[in-house]
Amino acid sequence: MTFEQVKSILKTKTVGIAGCGGLGSNCAVALARVGIGKLVIADFDLVEEGNLNRQFYFYDQIGMLKVAALKQNLFRINPDVKVYSFDIRLCQSDVLEVFSNCDVIVEAFDKAEMKYMILDAVHNHLPEKFLVMGVGMAGWGDNNLIRSRKSDKLTICGDELNAIADNCPPLAPRVGVVANLQANAVLEILLGPNEHQIHNPH
Amino acid sequence: MKIILNNKEEIFETEELTINELLQLKKYTFKMLVIKVNGNIVKKSEYYTKTVVEGDDVMVLHLVSGG
Repeated sequence: MTFEQVKSILKTKTVGIAGCGGLGSNCAVALARVGIGKLVIADFDLVEEGNLNRQFYFYDQIGMLKVAALKQNLFRINPDVKVYSFDIRLCQSDVLEVFSNCDVIVEAFDKAEMKYMILDAVHNHLPEKFLVMGVGMAGWGDNNLIRSRKSDKLTICGDELNAIADNCPPLAPRVGVVANLQANAVLEILLGPNEHQIHNPH
Repeated sequence: MKIILNNKEEIFETEELTINELLQLKKYTFKMLVIKVNGNIVKKSEYYTKTVVEGDDVMVLHLVSGG
């Protein structure tokens, strides 16, 4: 498939991004660059200086709502992407309402409890939806621990091990890897496998 | 019995195990666990009653914070 063909498919698609921190902001940027049609982004937080070690915001955006700042940044990258932003702390009923028209939902929360909440909501109430989660990305190094696996419509990206802690902070490289694994999983769901690509060299 | 646990084949000496027994055997002690058996999520209230048998595909997912 040429990039023009890729874009012509992706422009008809809608992806939901639940949380606009390190995973959500970077995943949204990757999807905007390849020409996704619509992004539905949700977060309640403001951009803080401490976010800039991994999240796709700029120093002069400190204090802005993350959804507003992200919308601005996505527009600067690709003005053709329609961005619908929700300034809310998502609960189960919001998830169902906000993301019900999305082809794929990207889970990009920071707290494990919120990850559980959206998995439960999608599994029980939107079982036909694809959900791509980010689980385990704190620290640095250990490239080969980071992977993804699938179970039906659920994809898990990350090392599934390293939780954030004071002595194990989330940093741009590993968070960016997982965010982009999520974006890559979204493309595979939306485009199918590429027949012109080598999938298994052995 | 032989089951698939997190994409790998595993053999157990018993013919069936409850989810709780499986978690103890495999030393999965984390708090935020999601268990799927053959694609279906098992509720926490079913951990003592739901059993895993020959051929089941079991996913144990440990949700860790970070994003």
